[in-house]
Amino acid sequence: MTKARFLIGALTGALLIPAPVLAQDHSGHDMSSHAMDHSQHSEGMTMPSHDGHDAHEGHAMPMAPGAPSMAQDIPQGPPPPEAFSGPDHAADLFFPGEDMAHARHMVRHEMGGMGTTIVMLDRLEAKLGKGSDGLSWEGALRTGGDIDRLWIKSEGEAAFGEGIEDAEVEVLWGHAIGAWFDLQAGVRQELGPDPDRTQVSLGVEGLAPYMFDISAQAFLSTKGELTARIEAETDQRLTQRLILQPRAEALFSAQRIADRGTGRGLTSLEAGVRLRYEFARQFAPYVGVEWQKKFGSTADYARAVGDDPDRVVAVAGLRAWF
Amino acid sequence: MFQTPHDRRALLAGALTAGGGAAASLLFPHWARAQTHHHHSAHPATGTTTEGALSGERIALNIARTPFTLGGRTASATTVNGTVPGPLIRLREGQDVELAVTNHLDIDSSIHWHGILLPFQMDGVPGVTFPGIAPHQTFTYRFPVRQSGTYWYHSHSGGQEGTGLFGPLVIDPAHGERVETEREMILMLSDWSFTPPMEIWRKLKARPDYYNFQQQALFENPSGKPWTQEQKLAWGRMRMSPMDIADVTGATYTYLINGQGPDANWTGLFRPGERVRLRVINASAMTIFNLRIPGLPFTVIAADGSDVAPVETDEIQIGVAETYDLVVTPDERAYSVIAESSDRSGFARATLAPRAGMVAPAPPLRKPPRLTMKDMGMDMGSGSGAMDHSGHDMDGMDHGNGGMEMNHSMRDPATAPGVELTPGVDMLAPMPTDRTGERGLGLDDVKHRVLVYTDLQTPEDRDDLIPPTREIVVHLTGNMERYMWSFDGRRFSEMVEPIRLAHNERVRFTLVNETMMTHPIHLHGFFFDLVNGAGTRRPRKHTVSVLPAGKVSFDVTADTPGDWAFHCHLLLHMMSGMFNVVTVRPMDGGPA
Repeated sequence: MTKARFLIGALTGALLIPAPVLAQDHSGHDMSSHAMDHSQHSEGMTMPSHDGHDAHEGHAMPMAPGAPSMAQDIPQGPPPPEAFSGPDHAADLFFPGEDMAHARHMVRHEMGGMGTTIVMLDRLEAKLGKGSDGLSWEGALRTGGDIDRLWIKSEGEAAFGEGIEDAEVEVLWGHAIGAWFDLQAGVRQELGPDPDRTQVSLGVEGLAPYMFDISAQAFLSTKGELTARIEAETDQRLTQRLILQPRAEALFSAQRIADRGTGRGLTSLEAGVRLRYEFARQFAPYVGVEWQKKFGSTADYARAVGDDPDRVVAVAGLRAWF
Repeated sequence: MFQTPHDRRALLAGALTAGGGAAASLLFPHWARAQTHHHHSAHPATGTTTEGALSGERIALNIARTPFTLGGRTASATTVNGTVPGPLIRLREGQDVELAVTNHLDIDSSIHWHGILLPFQMDGVPGVTFPGIAPHQTFTYRFPVRQSGTYWYHSHSGGQEGTGLFGPLVIDPAHGERVETEREMILMLSDWSFTPPMEIWRKLKARPDYYNFQQQALFENPSGKPWTQEQKLAWGRMRMSPMDIADVTGATYTYLINGQGPDANWTGLFRPGERVRLRVINASAMTIFNLRIPGLPFTVIAADGSDVAPVETDEIQIGVAETYDLVVTPDERAYSVIAESSDRSGFARATLAPRAGMVAPAPPLRKPPRLTMKDMGMDMGSGSGAMDHSGHDMDGMDHGNGGMEMNHSMRDPATAPGVELTPGVDMLAPMPTDRTGERGLGLDDVKHRVLVYTDLQTPEDRDDLIPPTREIVVHLTGNMERYMWSFDGRRFSEMVEPIRLAHNERVRFTLVNETMMTHPIHLHGFFFDLVNGAGTRRPRKHTVSVLPAGKVSFDVTADTPGDWAFHCHLLLHMMSGMFNVVTVRPMDGGPA
């Protein structure tokens, strides 16, 4: 029971990280008299509204004492009515409207509306230690704009000579919430020798104070199983190119999932540190060490199939992106 | 044709450069190749007074792709008339001009005349003032030349100014120069990368510190200033880097003067004792430069094309798209012109010398600057900072979050009403201040004189400085981690409303920099009067650098109707959304 409560606490905590930021967004919007005035004008009003906002804005700028410039108190009123007269787009008076409409569309796109596509291979590494040696990977493709993005993520591990042990593919829609975090929602497909699961996935990913990259996700399978994952990592620069990266990943389950060898509560933890050298920003080999531990009945399941539930592995791999 | 000793010397120098400059491009324009410019003001601009300059009432320009070689590597540049930079266009105040620009690219292009007062439909911004120039089409710009001074032109399409599409534009005054000089040279600063601008932008979207190799590290302290655990924690708490001075650095850029790298020894020749006018233009895509000539003080006589009362100094910070005219009187020796990028990751260099082939020592790069509390808009240090503190409205600091907790107060909406706290806003400077009297980043502790905006004033009193009737506050906002840039928290792509002015309305713009980067902000189509404490001698500018957490005000009279671009002149900031349109209505001067 304690474990279940811990799980719920951890999940709520992780999912609530960006909440204050969301709240701030709203207050920011309410105070934006500028934007409000303009949106009213664009609906055809010629006399902009006066509410308390303009006056408020007028007093909001602290004037630096001793500054050479700001002696006068100039009102921050709306534009005079004649500023709203005439054509919406002056260039339409001189050039074919169709050409201008197209060019306007293009310039809107060019000034902030363009998207990017990036393929990231965060980890591609060999793991060597007691028990079976293997390979693991974690990578993603992200494509889209600043606010909304499509993510295709994959991670998994394979034992040398035994094929894939565990793998997953996620397809997520990411939406920026606040300055630092993205909400990510979508579908995760687990693959491998154990019975597969299809899950809906909901989580947040972003940069927490003190430069920790955090990802927290909850998964609900088609069989009704609730699980979760929290990852955290940070880059400690030793030099401009030599970077030490502590990283931890914890898995949780709200229930026992026998056919996947998963117990309840905190099921497993990986904590490691990797030292990479960025020959180029996009090409950085690394070495490291990782402690992998399974807990409770998850550990029992592991022991039952001959795996060590508590082991330390050396890792060597490559971080790259394109 | 009569040839003075100078001409022969200049030609010889040109030949030497062409023969020995294997590292440099051979495809640079005549004005740069010839290396010196004789004084012209005694002669009317009939189209022949400057070698290689394009003058007269009809000028043809051709935009095309041309191989550009630098340091043994060749890339395809976008060029005007086949060179980087493009040809010198030299006009005369009072003339009319027709510039027929033909686009030989397979994509749209354009040329914008930076700082020129003209009918808006000739301003050259696709989607704002005209449709752009389609592939293999010609657009003819026509406008009367109403001003004089040092300007430039560049593409406003697809990041082409970052791949070579820029050149100098000099307008001789109708009635003689205020400051007579015996010689003039153009120093056009730029940044060149073999990675195209949009790929640089993509890399920054993936990893905003991609080009920054001067970070604070456990075993490296590039700025050399003390670095405490408290500082490290404070910056970490804010999720920001104190070494974030330039987004794109010498890690990919080669900094050029007149199209040549620092090793090419571009040389401007003078006769000892002459007064030489240096027309300095920052045509970079992303680089703010600190320019100095060790051993040679200079006198600033014009800023952004307009004359200023002469002020002698030793170093200037020149934001992207700004121009300065400097006068030097060199002795019989060689001098290095050093233009360091503001983050000191590299420099552009040229030589001023009495004879070709001379080289002056180039001082090593100075240590990179590190951002301070002042750059966050939280100057709570000693001295004047503490005084500011007590004088300020403290709401920003106290608001709900227990005062000094930096991570809370750094994004307090009460400090910046009018900003939408979108994901594109990672901080709001708690207490932005007027920094026009301060030196640019990294120049605080420089021992010699450094020009600041409050040094600039017009040579004579002005009677056109009427008080503005309205203030428009524009917050410069961004999120370095997401590499998003905007005004008031909204990117241009979000269908932001334009900034609307009435014809002949006089308004005050106050730019509030909520970020920790310097943003050179440009308003097309107007000179604005900088509010810098110069009273009736406030200088006119077209581009103004706003220091981190700084505020700059300028007044402008909206005397030309139309639609005008208004943007950060850091190319990739503009292309991330830090752009808007200023509309001036009605179009015909009467009610529409």
